Amino acid sequence: MLVVIGILIKILVVVGITQGAVAYMILLERKVAAYSQDRIGPNRCGSNLVLPGGFRLNLPFGLLQPIADGAKMILKEDVIPSYVEKPLYILAPAISIIAAMIGFAVIPFGPVGTQAPSGVNFQIAPGVDIGIVYVFAIGSLAVYGVILGGWASNNKYSFLGGLRSSAQLISYEIPLGMSILGMVLLAGSLDLNTIVNYQDGHGLWLTRWLGLPAWGVFVQPIGCLLFIISAFAETNRLPFDLPEAEQELVGGYHTEYSAMKFGMFFLGEYLHVITVSYLTVILFFGGWDAPFLNQIQSDWFSGLLKALVLLVKVGLMVFFMMWVRWTIPRFRYDQLMDLAWKALIPIALVNLVATAAIVELLRSSH
Amino acid sequence: MVINNFAFIGVLLLGAIGFALAPLLVVFLVAPRKKSRSKLDTYECGVLTFGETWVRFRIQYYIFALMFVLFDIETVFLYPWAVGYAGFGVFALVEMIVFLAILFVGLLYAWLKGVLKWA
Repeated sequence: MLVVIGILIKILVVVGITQGAVAYMILLERKVAAYSQDRIGPNRCGSNLVLPGGFRLNLPFGLLQPIADGAKMILKEDVIPSYVEKPLYILAPAISIIAAMIGFAVIPFGPVGTQAPSGVNFQIAPGVDIGIVYVFAIGSLAVYGVILGGWASNNKYSFLGGLRSSAQLISYEIPLGMSILGMVLLAGSLDLNTIVNYQDGHGLWLTRWLGLPAWGVFVQPIGCLLFIISAFAETNRLPFDLPEAEQELVGGYHTEYSAMKFGMFFLGEYLHVITVSYLTVILFFGGWDAPFLNQIQSDWFSGLLKALVLLVKVGLMVFFMMWVRWTIPRFRYDQLMDLAWKALIPIALVNLVATAAIVELLRSSH
Repeated sequence: MVINNFAFIGVLLLGAIGFALAPLLVVFLVAPRKKSRSKLDTYECGVLTFGETWVRFRIQYYIFALMFVLFDIETVFLYPWAVGYAGFGVFALVEMIVFLAILFVGLLYAWLKGVLKWA
């Protein structure tokens, strides 16, 4: 019984935090966009509030903008055009948000297992040893939301957006899956927690000699680069946002969606960005590992501190994704496919063989 | 009581379904509805749509899907190999190089045949 209550509390906390994070990520995205273009961005919501009792409140940076956005999503008219395939049209945004949410199940938000304070794991489903494979399996379900949405809309823009997206997502899934194989091989496990523990400890000869931590970015630099590139494509972020490509396809697969259904696609996309950022940090940037933290301690203070360290790293990664959006222009479609099949996949294969050979060499030389 | 690890995922799935349905219900109850004919038309920048919407599309999308199935299965085979690599030694390395080489030749073949060209 206690376990069930614990899991429900954990789900509520995780869902609450991620939803709040998504709301403020949208504000952050608009702010980053604004400052990149030498504008100020949203700054009105929350300034000059008059509270009951005559109190005046002045919140900076348009901090209440997410509330205004949310209210707008709910109060707008939800238009369902008359030509759409209605069941699929309604199902598509639901799939995209459900897939984005259940992907979180195996991602550790903080210390798990022996490091967990009072045995409370910072993970919704601890002990699922296929970890990373589960995340990828669920992540690829999100394609269905996009394709069904594009097809059911009965609109040429949406249809083209859905087609492009399906080809793009399946093409980049391969380098995404291959790029982490090096890390899996070094850590000898698919469990994300074990991979973090690996990065805290051993390391290869070269990183030890240079005095670097055994983070994925140092022991698997090529894998890290491939992963980040593919992750951008998988989340449809610029420079890989061809499924949406406002200037060509209006909105791509969500052209015909309005109000909350559009909002759900949006939410699903940002949740996906959070998932991918967590994965990047856990696989390649040491997870909750930081130089000033003792990994063996398992009291509540150090547990929460580790969760916070992880959160800060994820925040930096999210900011990086927004920064890139305003730095690099969109690819052309043939360039996009070339990059996946003629560059990323061969490099990923070579990287994997090289990693395996080096590991074997180091072992036989001992 | 032993709870299967995957049961937690089931609980989360139920929560996610609820989370997906709730906003649809709220919008259904709260949002205004004013139908008009042109509002319900297909949106193509104000121009009336002509011809079929579900047009015939490039065969290349299909070919890429075929290639994807091939390489995705390859990746799935590589996972257990990578996890168990430490226990096998040189044998596992050579075996996997042979496996990857065969697939790489396949990719090269598709490349030279012009399948990967998006023109």
